[in-house]
Amino acid sequence: MELTGAQILLESLKQEGVKHIFGFPGGAVIDIYDELPKHQIEHFLVRHEQGAVHAADGYARSTGKVGVCLVTSGPGATNTVTGIATAYMDSIPIVIFTGQVPTALIGNDAFQEVDIVGITRPCTKHNYLVKDVRDLARTIKEAFYIASTGRPGPVLVDLPKDVMQARTEFEYPKTISLRSYNPNYTPNKKQVRKAARLISKAEKPLIYSGGGVISSHAGEIMTRLARRFSFPVTSTLMGLGAFPGNDPLWLGMLGMHGTYAANMAVNNSDVLISIGARFDDRVTGKVSTFAPRARIIHIDIDPTSIRKNVNVHIPIVSDCLNALKALEEELEELEEINWEEKHSSWVKTVKGWREEHPVKYETGETGRIKPQYVMEKIYELTRGEAIICTEVGQNQMWAAQFYKYHSPRTWLSSGGLGTMGYGFPAAIGAQVANPDKLVIDIAGDGSIQMNIQEMATAVCYKLPVKIIILNNSFLGMVRQWQELFYNKNYCATCLDTAPDFVKLAEAYGAEGYLVEKTEDVVPVLTRVFASPKTCIVDVRVEPEENVYPMVPAGASLTEMLLV
Amino acid sequence: MRHVLSVLVENEPGVLSRVAGLFSGRSFNIDSLNVGPTLEKGVSLMTISTHGDEQIIEQIIKQLRKVITVIKVVDLSDAKAVEREMVLIKLNASDSNRAEILRIVDIFRCKVVDVSTDELTLEVTGDQGKINALVNLLQRFGIKEFARTGTVAMRRSMQL
Repeated sequence: MELTGAQILLESLKQEGVKHIFGFPGGAVIDIYDELPKHQIEHFLVRHEQGAVHAADGYARSTGKVGVCLVTSGPGATNTVTGIATAYMDSIPIVIFTGQVPTALIGNDAFQEVDIVGITRPCTKHNYLVKDVRDLARTIKEAFYIASTGRPGPVLVDLPKDVMQARTEFEYPKTISLRSYNPNYTPNKKQVRKAARLISKAEKPLIYSGGGVISSHAGEIMTRLARRFSFPVTSTLMGLGAFPGNDPLWLGMLGMHGTYAANMAVNNSDVLISIGARFDDRVTGKVSTFAPRARIIHIDIDPTSIRKNVNVHIPIVSDCLNALKALEEELEELEEINWEEKHSSWVKTVKGWREEHPVKYETGETGRIKPQYVMEKIYELTRGEAIICTEVGQNQMWAAQFYKYHSPRTWLSSGGLGTMGYGFPAAIGAQVANPDKLVIDIAGDGSIQMNIQEMATAVCYKLPVKIIILNNSFLGMVRQWQELFYNKNYCATCLDTAPDFVKLAEAYGAEGYLVEKTEDVVPVLTRVFASPKTCIVDVRVEPEENVYPMVPAGASLTEMLLV
Repeated sequence: MRHVLSVLVENEPGVLSRVAGLFSGRSFNIDSLNVGPTLEKGVSLMTISTHGDEQIIEQIIKQLRKVITVIKVVDLSDAKAVEREMVLIKLNASDSNRAEILRIVDIFRCKVVDVSTDELTLEVTGDQGKINALVNLLQRFGIKEFARTGTVAMRRSMQL
């Protein structure tokens, strides 16, 4: 039977198992929206296209499935760019469908025309302009395949209006093969054996894990490996949750705002096992002094990650899951070693560092609420079982430091791009995917205002997302840099004019709470977490509280500013 | 160090900008870039001449391989490759120095492809060294136009 392009699109989404999409209509995609009610796909109308992409991203991060969004041409398409770049930097599988003017008008500067394929070329894993309806089904199949395989990432498909109206015979391809795209999932055996031998000689081994462990579902095996062979574990911001944050071998995050123990362990380790991490500048600090005593094993599915920033001794190009399985086998085949005993003095040393300088904060002379205290209480009240989304800045770092992530996909944060305004729409996406879970957005008073319009979305679909604003009336992280490195020149970081967030919540039909005293934190949070409604909690925290430890940009990891 | 990369790509709209954008976006250098169809339908060959230290070249090659529409990347910079470039040169050729120019044409095995009362247009092929040497010799006559194709290259057959 012949179907229109719009019908083919929706049928193809069904074939891909898509149940939820996030979108915003417009002239170029009316044909798709006209068809949408006839299909079993639930559509969530956002209030800004950036919100749609972040929601699809949060959906993907919290489930591992591909997130999908649909927007119109021109400004609808350009509004997605920040969301796409966010997903690209963090390797999140999403597919973005953008409307486009009819093919005959492309290049004419038509109304709401923009070359979105050109604009997003450097921030998508791949993108397509579909010019012929006969290519549509295959293109969609490829888009989902590319987005979700190898190192995942966003794929954009641009859909001209006439292609959505044209008809052709529909058959969804069952299989796919691209001669120019064959991601390598299995590790080279020799390399794994070399790695196992190196590890067997190590006295101070350390696992440094990243987002790749989460995207390849390797958290469980990594945890087993670390416990079995007695490896202390640190991770990047992106890797939080892969290893249980309450395990005795857990050192906390490393890098610029990493823990003392993690950064000292990197500095002293003799074999660094990097798993699905990419040696980002916020992790390494000054590259030339990063892990100076270590031989480095680097497991990554993307060959470009290897030796991009840091020279490594044993590269292993592979999916993290398969590489760790192979490594486990090789380690078990080695002659009998009592691993726990072998690494006991090292484990004792790192635990010593952790006790010497745990992440902590000064409880205050001012009597103001400490933001770190709020995070600790959120952890206690949720028993680490919530999905925590964050905005970007101090709120994000405190959420990373003072909440212990027990399992993968419970920590959603824009690590690579550092997108303010990410957390709330991502929380919406995560709540759609996990209706029975408590989803919390940790926000600042600055970043929450970047996508505050999505309050309408959350309330409209009865999504009980909890927004906790750590309100310090500053763009806190920039202010912190100004305080520490720019002579306290607080230029453009003071947010003394802010909305009344309680009234704002109520205006949208949500619940709003103001918390000004430390003793009110727990009772209000308890009430909020039990509420079936979307809530904003405006917590007035110590305005000039800083995030510590801190390694100044470009300094070595051991040059930490501590509390 | 200078490297010549042979890059086989799917011949589809935007493939050139994917490759060129990769170089500009990551601050890699392109010294020359040549694209043409191959004998296989739908496949084009790009020859990219670039430079950088070993780590940069490794990244360039890996990043190119990561582009979905790139089929194959071969580094042809070792001695076991043939490299050629074609150049068209239009230069002043008055009666007094035409004979001298033609002698140089002869030595360099150039071809005269167009001639007028006061100009000559030459076609020359060779590697970079030869072309630079020729340009050095011709410069004093006054080069009026200059167009080069960029390097194309191919691995040599196995030596017997």
